[in-house]
Amino acid sequence: MLRMALALVLMLTLAPAGFAQEDTPAVDRSATGGAQTLEDILARQAGQKLDDSFRSDAVGDPGNAANIAAQLGTLGGVSDAETWRALRYGSANVKVSAGGDVATVLVQDGGMRWLEFRDTTLRTYGGWLLVGTLVALLAFYLLHGRIMIDDGRAGRTVTRFKAIERFGHWLLAGSFILLGVTGLLVLFGRVFLVPLFGKDANAFLLEWSKWVHNNVSWAFILGLVMIFVMWVVHNIPNRTDLHWLKKGGGILFGHDHPPAKKFNAGQKMIFWSVVLFGGSIALTGVALLFPFDLPLFAKTFHLLNATGLPHMVGLGELPVQLAPQEEMQLAQAWHAILAFVLMAIVLAHIYIGSVGMEGAYDAMGTGEVDEAWAEQHHSIWLEEYKAAEQEPKDSGAPTPAE
Amino acid sequence: MKAMLLGFVAIIVIAIGASNILGTLGYSSSDRYSGAAVRN
Repeated sequence: MLRMALALVLMLTLAPAGFAQEDTPAVDRSATGGAQTLEDILARQAGQKLDDSFRSDAVGDPGNAANIAAQLGTLGGVSDAETWRALRYGSANVKVSAGGDVATVLVQDGGMRWLEFRDTTLRTYGGWLLVGTLVALLAFYLLHGRIMIDDGRAGRTVTRFKAIERFGHWLLAGSFILLGVTGLLVLFGRVFLVPLFGKDANAFLLEWSKWVHNNVSWAFILGLVMIFVMWVVHNIPNRTDLHWLKKGGGILFGHDHPPAKKFNAGQKMIFWSVVLFGGSIALTGVALLFPFDLPLFAKTFHLLNATGLPHMVGLGELPVQLAPQEEMQLAQAWHAILAFVLMAIVLAHIYIGSVGMEGAYDAMGTGEVDEAWAEQHHSIWLEEYKAAEQEPKDSGAPTPAE
Repeated sequence: MKAMLLGFVAIIVIAIGASNILGTLGYSSSDRYSGAAVRN
């Protein structure tokens, strides 16, 4: 279900021009003998939906071939134009001696749409999303200032995260930052670095960025699995979260800090964003690491079509016959879109876990947090922690996570 | 702080290890993107 939902969002994001076009009335093509007309060209330029079947189906008919002994008989009933059309629409019977299915695709015009998306839409919206997030965080800081511990530090600390939890967190965090920076270099290097440092410096940087991006990805996946296993139990939504959200966490409006367990609703949202978006980024990343070996989208679209969702939202039938190259293009686009969204979320997480809140960094720094901080932000967890600590030792040692 | 440093060291170790292991198994970057597996 998740993959289907993600794929739906992707289609909505990627293919507005392709799917959200207006229908155009049938065109009389008798004057051109069935070939495209000026109306077809104008309709396409106006962004209207065009039924391409008059071209995609016009790929010749060997049954109509002239006798082999007749004039032009060796053409086999298929003209050059029809052959090229068949190649373009993927219906040509191509046989290759090497390269497998990938090499049978000789024309793939979707590649140009992907390139244009990557070079314009992705860079523009992705870049502004990150800049906008940084500006919003700066504005929040200027308006609200640092969230302080109301009654000052108590001077007593409680263990919030064990060493293994902090290890998993930093494994994930460190690798994500490296992946984010190198990913941005790959996407924006040509635009921003070449004018500043020249092509050679950019090429050197990108060569290393690629190595780092490809190989650090495994640490990210391991970190993701670790934090999921360790924290999923504490991130299951409950009623406390509703109350926390109503109060804006005591951060957005007012200073009345609502009670929370080990993780409050805000942290749970971060957790599930990291797990779901990070998981999808990892999956598409692996598909990109091993080209053509892990096609994801045709199957996902097939499942989505079965639910009827694409029709409900006006997308029509999603394509289930995708060239291997299209699979890679969709994987790259989805990988990058989600990465931008997750980077924006993580920027907010870094802010609130460092300069934005007094005492928050200690949780992941030393693992020991001030009792007053714990009381203010995670009062239910603190009560449970203290209760567990007061239990007789023979009934089992308290764990910091409870 | 030790956990954080260990986490960062682990990233480097895993990255170098993954690169070497994949290379040894014939799945280096050059194999994957332009090697026989892609060409054949």
